[in-house]
This record gives sequence, C-alpha cells and structure tokens, in this order.
Amino acid sequence: MSDLTAKTIAELRDGLRAREFTAREIAESYNVAVAAAKSLNAYTVETPDDALEAAEAADSGKATGSLAGIPLGIKDLFATKGVDTTAGSHILQGFKPVYESTVTANLRKAGAGMLGKLNMDEFAMGSSNETSTYGPVLSPWRRKGSNVGLTPGGSSGGSAAAVAARIAPGVTGTDTGGSIRQPAAFTGICGIKPTYGRCSRWGIVSFASSLDQAGPMAKTVRDCAILLEAMAGFDRKDSTSLDLPVPQWEANLSSDLKGKRVGIPKEYRIDSVPAEINALWDQGIEWLKDAGATPVEISLPHTKYALPTYYIIAPAEASSNLARYDGVRYGLREVPDGGNLDAMYAATRADGFGAEVKRRIMIGTYVLSAGFYDAYFTKAQRVRALIKDDFRKAFEQCDVILTPTAPSAAFGIGETTDPLAMYLNDVFAVPASLAGLPAMSVPGGLDGQGLPLGLHLIGNELDEQTVLNAGLAIEERAGFAAKPDKWW
Amino acid sequence: MADAAAPYRIKGETGDWEVVVGLEVHAQITASKAKLFSGAATAFGAEPNTQVSLVDAAMPGMLPVPNRECIRQAVRTGMALDAQINKWSRFDRKNYFYADLPQGYQISQLYHPLVGEGEVEILIDEKDESTAKTIGIERIHVEQDAGKLMHDQHPTMSYVDLNRCGVALMEIVSRPDMRSPAEAGAYLKKLRAILRYVGSCDGNMEEGSMRADVNVSVRKPGDEFGTRTETKNVNSVRFVQAVVEHEARRQVELLEEGGQVAQETRLFDPDKGVTRALRSKEDAHDYRYFPDTDLLPLELDDAFVEECRSSLPELPDAKRKRFEGQGITPYNASVLTAEVETARWFDALLEAGAEPKQGANWVVAELFGALNRLGKDIEDCPVSPAQAAELLKLVADGTISGTIAKQVFEIMLETGEGAGQIVQSRGLKQTSDTGAIDAEIDKILAANADKVAEYKSGKQQLFGFFVGQTMKAMQGKANPGVVNERLRAKLD
Repeated sequence: MSDLTAKTIAELRDGLRAREFTAREIAESYNVAVAAAKSLNAYTVETPDDALEAAEAADSGKATGSLAGIPLGIKDLFATKGVDTTAGSHILQGFKPVYESTVTANLRKAGAGMLGKLNMDEFAMGSSNETSTYGPVLSPWRRKGSNVGLTPGGSSGGSAAAVAARIAPGVTGTDTGGSIRQPAAFTGICGIKPTYGRCSRWGIVSFASSLDQAGPMAKTVRDCAILLEAMAGFDRKDSTSLDLPVPQWEANLSSDLKGKRVGIPKEYRIDSVPAEINALWDQGIEWLKDAGATPVEISLPHTKYALPTYYIIAPAEASSNLARYDGVRYGLREVPDGGNLDAMYAATRADGFGAEVKRRIMIGTYVLSAGFYDAYFTKAQRVRALIKDDFRKAFEQCDVILTPTAPSAAFGIGETTDPLAMYLNDVFAVPASLAGLPAMSVPGGLDGQGLPLGLHLIGNELDEQTVLNAGLAIEERAGFAAKPDKWW
Repeated sequence: MADAAAPYRIKGETGDWEVVVGLEVHAQITASKAKLFSGAATAFGAEPNTQVSLVDAAMPGMLPVPNRECIRQAVRTGMALDAQINKWSRFDRKNYFYADLPQGYQISQLYHPLVGEGEVEILIDEKDESTAKTIGIERIHVEQDAGKLMHDQHPTMSYVDLNRCGVALMEIVSRPDMRSPAEAGAYLKKLRAILRYVGSCDGNMEEGSMRADVNVSVRKPGDEFGTRTETKNVNSVRFVQAVVEHEARRQVELLEEGGQVAQETRLFDPDKGVTRALRSKEDAHDYRYFPDTDLLPLELDDAFVEECRSSLPELPDAKRKRFEGQGITPYNASVLTAEVETARWFDALLEAGAEPKQGANWVVAELFGALNRLGKDIEDCPVSPAQAAELLKLVADGTISGTIAKQVFEIMLETGEGAGQIVQSRGLKQTSDTGAIDAEIDKILAANADKVAEYKSGKQQLFGFFVGQTMKAMQGKANPGVVNERLRAKLD
C-alpha cells in the first residue's frame, strides 16, 4: 500500500470506493503522521478517535457522503462540540462549546472525521501564526541550506502547515483579509475563499463580521472544490448567508478557458515586490493564455486604499465582536483582590488577549469613537464601496483576475516585527475581501530559495467556478510537485 | 374646565416658568413570544436563566437572526401612530460593557430607524374635547433589552439573570411637546392604549413591559429650550407625572439660585418622590454606534407593509368618533374607548343588537358600578355582551322597567341566567293591565285623601308621590306610562 497521506482527497475517495484501502487505514495513517509532527505545532488538539469513528462509519457503509472516510483538520476558530475551541487565544482557553459550527456540521454530514483542531493567529489576527497563545506554527518548508524556522503564514497557519506536511489531506480555513490565501501561497498548497455568504458563519468565532468567510485548503484545486461543496450552503442561523443552491463545482471543473478574459490589474504592479514574484505573475498569464484565455489589462484604481480601509473596518468590527470576552460567562476570568466588575474586565482582558489583538481592539475603538467616526469609519465605508465598484467595472471587461497572492515568500519566525510591515502581506488579498469576492491561491512555483510562491485568482460574485477552473489550468501547467523535505 | 386649558406654570421668585417634557418610552413587544434575535421565550417571571439561548448568552460564533413578528408589530405600532414607515432600515451596535449585556453591545437602530415621524392626539382632560393636543413622535426604533443583575442573592457577589436579555423593545421617542405633568400623563396613557389596541405591547407597567425615560427642562415662556435632564426607567403614569413636577421645581429652584442645570441622567426614587443624579454627561459612555454587519439591512416589501396595515384594528380615536356619531355622549365615548378591553366588550354589545346610547349609559353607570363592586375587570365580566343586550332589549321594548332591569341584572350577575328567563320565571314582566293598576290607584287615593285634597288645591308636585306609591304597590312591574295616564284621569 502506498503512503495514503500522499494522496489527494479525490484519490482517497475514489480509492475507498474501489476498496483499494479502508477508511480506517486512512485515519490511522494520518493519526500516526499527526502524532509524529508535534514539532510543527500545527495542531492545538488532536482527536484521533474522532477520525477513527468517522472511518468506521464509512467502512461499515453508514456514512456515504462525498467525504465519507476522509479525516480533516479544523481551524480552531470553528466551534466543535465538546472539543476545545479557543481561536488561538488564552481568553478562551479550555472553552468547549456545546454546539458545532454549521460548516463543520456540514462536513460531518458529508462523512468527514476530525483529526484535530489547528493552530492559528489569535482570533485570526495575524499573517504569520506568531500571535497564537500556543506559540507559532513552523512551516514544513525551509530555505535551501537553512534551518531557520519559517512561518506558514496566517492566520490559517496551522491549516496550511498541516496540508503541506501531509498531516491532513484537507482542512478548513477562514479568510478575513487573506488568511486562507496567503498561508496557502507560503506553503505550496491551494486555498479558496468563496463569495461572502456562501459558507455560514454560524459557530465560527467572529473577527470582522462583514469580511469573515470560511473556505477549504488542500493539495489540489479539485480537492478544494470537493471540500467547498460540502462546506457551503444556506443557513437560516446566519442572516448574511446566501439563500442559493450550492453549485456542483467539482463536476464542472474544466481547465479549458476558451473565450475567458483574464484581467491583469495594472495597480498590482508594485515596485517593492521581488522580481521573482512578478516573473511568476507573467508566467501565470502565459499559462492562462495557453489554456485558451485572453489577457486584458484592467484598472482597479482604488487598490492603494484597500489596506488602510481594511485596517479601519476589520479592527472596528473586531473591537465590538471581541467585547463578549469579558470573564462573565465563559473562558478566562481574572479578578484582582477586592476588585469590582470593571477591575475584572480589565484584568481578564489584559491577561487574556495578546498584543496584536489588543492593538486591533484599540485601533477599532479609536476609529469608532465620537469625533473620529466620520473621519475614519464612515470614510472607510465609502472607500470600500468604491473598491467594490472598481471590481464591478472590471468584471465588465474580464471573467477572472490574476495577481500574485502575496508580495513575498514565507519569512522567518521573528523576522517581521513591525506590525505595518506584517500588514503588507495581505496587500493583494485584501481588496477581494472588501468586495466579498471569491478568490483563490494556487501554487505557481518556487523562488530562488526554494520556497513556494502562489498565484491569486479573483472571480466575480458567485463565480467560484471560473476561479476554480482558472486555478486548475494553472495547476496543470505549473506542474507544482515540490514537497518540503521531512525534518520534523 | 378652564383649569385644564390654562397653561401649567411653576411660580418662581423671578416669575413664571414653563416646563418642557419629552418621553422616550420603551415598550416590550409582548405580542411576540420570542426574543428579537433568538428563539428564546419571553414569559414574565420565569426562573432566572431559563429563557436564554446561545445567542442571548453571546457564546462565541453565535449570530442574531431577526424575528419577523417583532418587526411586524413595530411596523403596525408605527402605523397606529400615523408615522412614516421606513422600508429600508438598519441595525446598529451600541457598545458598552456591563455584566447584564453579554455581547458587550446592544443591537439597536441609531442611524436608520424602522419608523420615522408620527403623532399622537391626547386629551389633557379626557372629559373635555377642547383640551385636545397633538404630541409629535420623532421615531420608533427596535432594539434588544438587557438582562438583569441581582445584588441581593449573596453577600459579596452579584448574580446575573439573562432571561430578559435580547427581548424586543420598541423605543418610542416623542418630540419635546409636552408642557405639564398632566400632558405627560395623558400622552403616556394614550400611547399605552394605542399599543394595547394594536396588540404589540401589553402595556403592563408593573411587569416592566412599558417604561419611560422622562426628559425635562424648564424655561421662561417664549425662551429657548433649557438644559434637560433625563430620568430613566420610570414605570407608572403617576411616577412620570411626579418626575415632571419634581424635576421642574428642582430646576427652577436651581436656576433662580443662580445655578445651572447639568445635562445628566437621573433616577426616580418613588418612596421619597425625588430624582437623584445617576451620571453626568462628562462620564457618559461613548457608545461607538456603528452598523451591525451580522445583520443585513431590513428591507420591507409592499406585501408585508400592506398586511401590517390591513391587520390594524380600529384605533381609539376612530372608535370614539364612531361612537359619538352613534349618539353616545363625548364623555361616554371617551370612557368606553380608553381601554381596549372595554371597547371590545362594548362593540360586542352593539353587535348583539343593543341601542348605542342606551347601551353606553348602561355600561358606564350599571356595568362599571357592578364590576367595581365585584372587583373584577371587564375581561372577567360574569355577564356576556349578548346577555346584556338581551336585558337592554327588554327595557327598550317595555317588557320591564328600568327599576326592574337593575334587579334582573343583579340576578344575572349572581346566577348567570339570561334576562328573559329571569323575567319569565320570577314574573317581573311589566304590566299595562289598567284593571290592576286602577285597583291599586283607587286604594292609594283612598288612603291618602289629605294629599289628594292638597294636590287638587294646587300642590302639583304631589303627582310624583302618587306615581311612586302606585309603582311600589305594583312591585315596580307597572308600565310607568300607563300609571301616569290613569293617575291623571283620576286626579285631574
């Protein structure tokens, strides 16, 4: 039997149907791999029994869904019934919800099991997984000839590392301003953020409600399509969820892009971006041309305002969404001797939140406060509308947009200490988030140091299919087969 | 009557002062048995923390979903207040920390409320239509209530009860149009009546389903508005009036001593009848209102709005005018429409065939008196409108006299029997039998020969005495018309 952890989800599914191996063998292979990869710090909780139970259900024929017998890793932002759900934060340490998020419940209904909960930046705030209360995740990738620990990106860093290190065949991620796509790019895997509203947010710890969206991360475009089909769907428990049927993305996968126009936004050519990344971008254009598409130059004139806009809106929403962590009902409670209610709030939140979360709560509180609201929040809302309008106009000229995913390859842990420099990681990812559009990262190649680089596809509203199809065209042509050498 | 029309003034050392009052009324949408954004129940008086959903407790990842019935009731209420219905509105978050507010914010509507400007017509003196006045409504928005802290359960700790947390409230904001305690009281009573007609809120102030924040300022008549204070959570009409009175006097004294009114939040102490400062504007919260993106903007379609309108009942003012048009006195019409249960009962009485004017007089004089004696509300009236209509019909067609009707009604209250049956079985039918009446008259005239003589010599008022004696002798069953006619024949 070949190494089951090397297989894609599609291969596992097909192999199970052909009885080449059992679901139990899959679960056991992964449980062993997970247990042996603790040095990556990708998992915060391991749930081998959960994976085995789902495997039993698949092998006995009780589970017959599209993911029967497939064990998955779940980002710690998703509420999982009876299993620690902490959003990578000390303030939620030990919190075991009595409920299951809609997305993970959907995956379970499709027959998937859970390998464990995946490490992440605290409350999904970060681009390097260094803000987690559990400590940073180490990327399985290393620079050529170097032992320096690299970040897998963030905030879905544990998720990305798990797929890249083959300790999960597929995982859930969430993306508020690039948190699926940037780590996917850093670790040489695929990840898609669907249109805002495709996946229910119910049971996902909120960061910024108008931006948060769940999505899958996996080895291949096809695996992403399979997972997203299972995750998505209308949920009346989330008012912002889209009341639309879930398309058959996998069945409609096609790398034939004849008649499709690929938008190349001129504003995304940024001088400070390494030449290798721009070269890969040009290569990506060639690959899509080869698949039958026509490149067209487009303009997204408000691109340069996207990052500042994002860093007003997301912290503003977060400052309010995180107010519920107050020590009253669950999670951490710190009461100084003789302290009153206010003292309890202060002590609990001072101890419970890390520096980046505090920074964003303060930024958010500031931009919403009397006297500053119009100058910051209202203006940011207006710019957001302009950014959406940029995309609306662009999609009159093209069917999908191609850009680099991130302005650099993975960096070393501790290398980026300036928060603003860290925020720049999401410069290409954030506009699509503000516009609520589907966007995906697929691996394009390696840089000179042997680290993966990603290409980024942005689709029109609800048009995940074209994003996936363009991703597939790149995947087929890039032939990205590089794997990190196992050192863990 | 002149008193009600005269402007209310506070006599100060420096002259007369006018009081300016605006009310923010929080009315719980009791028509919906579920909370504004969760399916949890809202029954009053349940054991602490037994009506709390995961959403109400603000567990991580929980999301609000608007309750359609709450929105519907708020729209119907807006319509009843003749207000603009905003087909596009939005929820905002009001951010502050408190232990009874699990989310750390209240979901409310600051920027785009569901209901815009409207108005309420009040009678400052309900018996006098010339005291009518229109009070402007600025807006109605929909919001969540908070939970409750209990400080008396433990020597050092406070307990939290989240049952009320997330319950739907309408905040009905008036214009500063009221100028006296009586106007504030009349407005609150009228508002309460309208809400109860609409059915959106049960108006139960003791259980807290209606409470008012009372904004009061004073000024010399004709001057600009003065600085106002806001007295929070006042839970009866009487207390609202007391707050206005006390605040006006306090502010006048303060100003006349050369002081200034601080814009501040105050609390009313019902035991002492005074208000005291809760917090000043300086340490007021910065609520950082912003749109709640967990919720989509609320968009009402035409069909929804139309259903809200067509499901509205006849409202107190329209009903009062209809009653007056049917010959009912303005006073009776006002009394009969003040409470929705009374109005409903009276409408049922009319429907059962009662003559409006007679019916109104009877309800206000007889029925209210009886209910008062029995200590019952009209909902628990032992006599149904149909039974009452039967009784009134027996009076109207001359089957029984008004006097006998009172007896019959008493028996109805005691036994629950029908009026016709009582009259039949107890032989209370009025008689026009001239033979029997003549016989009694003859006996009375014979026994009172002195009075007959006096009458004949010009003491006309003695006629009533003979009528009374005859009716008494006939045990009230004689037809008063026939008695009159026969007496005249014999005496004149």
